[in-house]
Amino acid sequence: MKPLFQLRYRNHVNGWLLVLPAVFMISLFTHYPIGSNLFHSLFSMGTVTRPEVFIGLENYSYLLDDEIFWKVLTNNLIYSMCTVPFSIAIALGMALLINRNIKGRSLVRMAFFTPTVLPMIAVANIWLFFYTPEYGLFDQIFGIFGGDSHNWLGNPDTSLFCLIVMVIWKESGFFMVFYLAALQQLSPELKEAGLMEGSGRWYYFRRVTFPLLMPTTLFVTVNAVVNSFKLVDHLVIMTKGGPDNASSLLLYYIYENAFSFWDTSYAATLTVVLVLILAIITIIQFVVVEKRIHYQ
Amino acid sequence: MKFREFDAEKFIVTTGAWMLGGIWLLPLVFAFWSAFHPAEFSTNFELFAPLTIDNFVRAWSYAPFPRYLLNTFVLVTLILAAQFVLCTLAAYGFARFDFFGKNVVFALVLLQLMIMPEVLLVENYRTISSMGLLDTIPAIGLPYMASAFGIFLLRQSFKSIPKELVEAAQVEGVSAIGILWKVYIPLAKSTYIAYGLVSVSYHWNNFLWPLVVTSSVNSRPLTVGLAIFGAPESGVDWSIITAATVMTMSPLLVAFILFQRQFVQSFMHSGIK
Repeated sequence: MKPLFQLRYRNHVNGWLLVLPAVFMISLFTHYPIGSNLFHSLFSMGTVTRPEVFIGLENYSYLLDDEIFWKVLTNNLIYSMCTVPFSIAIALGMALLINRNIKGRSLVRMAFFTPTVLPMIAVANIWLFFYTPEYGLFDQIFGIFGGDSHNWLGNPDTSLFCLIVMVIWKESGFFMVFYLAALQQLSPELKEAGLMEGSGRWYYFRRVTFPLLMPTTLFVTVNAVVNSFKLVDHLVIMTKGGPDNASSLLLYYIYENAFSFWDTSYAATLTVVLVLILAIITIIQFVVVEKRIHYQ
Repeated sequence: MKFREFDAEKFIVTTGAWMLGGIWLLPLVFAFWSAFHPAEFSTNFELFAPLTIDNFVRAWSYAPFPRYLLNTFVLVTLILAAQFVLCTLAAYGFARFDFFGKNVVFALVLLQLMIMPEVLLVENYRTISSMGLLDTIPAIGLPYMASAFGIFLLRQSFKSIPKELVEAAQVEGVSAIGILWKVYIPLAKSTYIAYGLVSVSYHWNNFLWPLVVTSSVNSRPLTVGLAIFGAPESGVDWSIITAATVMTMSPLLVAFILFQRQFVQSFMHSGIK
């Protein structure tokens, strides 16, 4: 009896013992903070003299009235809606260019991919100088054509877009790699058949290549959207979210509340919103993937 | 011999690719230009401007960059070592054993792909602080040591290992851990390289979480050191800041140029689900 009993439970015990260390660590730094974050968002901020008090949804009603929150959320949506499609379109263009047998192919590929391996902080330092009034590269180029000097990052109308341009530059090469991988898996026979039937290149791309790249596009889009909510390193260097929160993003606003204003309970409330947004993206991804599987 | 026909389309594609590549490299070329020239030439592009390493010497003397470099190196190594151990064990558990609650636990693990530790920085700061680890290198690394991404990649790779190999080892009486060590790990070598490169470049570049949990030279990584050094308030010369920037990114850049193919393939590999 005993060996059979042992055999039956051995898989369970082995499996659990193997995954336990990693699962414990992940729950400590992902699941537990999601819960404790929700909990802390229901309390007022404690100080040395005053302990934190349960205040229910007060933080949330403050959030709904917080103009900066809405400003930052709008910024983040603009930021996502600009960086995601543009960097994906450029990435696809790069991949199509490189997928052909051109001279110096690996050199060009390296040029496209290099920004991906650079630290965002280093990139921000370099671009900060491009945008410097008068001395910066952009103003010098504009100067040649007789343009005036601009305070690119200091102007609320342009600061967010300056950051968007930089992020598109940084991320396109990363997404290009996934398109390259997908393009290399497309069968060459398909292309021959398409061209034999006399379909033009653009027609072939629109009707064959692009639909076949759909899974990659979905994967890249989800990645790009998630990135647009969690990558704020450059703000610390370039604008600090300013001027007047014109270029601030949600995670940066959380960081400011927690570590500049030390209002951790409001930061927790804002984090709940960010986690909800990421959860919605995950759910959308699942629904779309599920749908695709059903159609096939 | 026939003359090759001039292929106009190919010519346009090649020129287009080269031009776009040139534009993409421009910011980097510019950074190197101003790092290696005296300040008065940093926006003045004269071909024969005198070269200098003075900016590097001064950046090196203004801030403890050797210490930052050491911190980053220790951090990246620590994280990678811990990730290899934790992710290998977990991936082996998920790939080979059927245990109670496996699918639910796996789904919970994958949650970390979407909600990374830096998103939860307020609460994670609290946790690290209550452990008394603030301003230490392990504090920067801990939240990332068990990585859903690593578990996912290794599990994929372990699942593709032929059952016959595992059964043959079992017949010979090799233990479960022995099979992991002798069959699974050697066959997943390329996944380890891919994951290693992605992890190293991620943590070399990571900034927001290290910024929050570090407060002294003893634990600050390069990125945080560079941000403090380059802050407009610091009043340091632009060309010295670019020299520091070039210093920060060059180890990774050199590694990337040397192992370009592996890098690109690693990122490719890691994206195919």
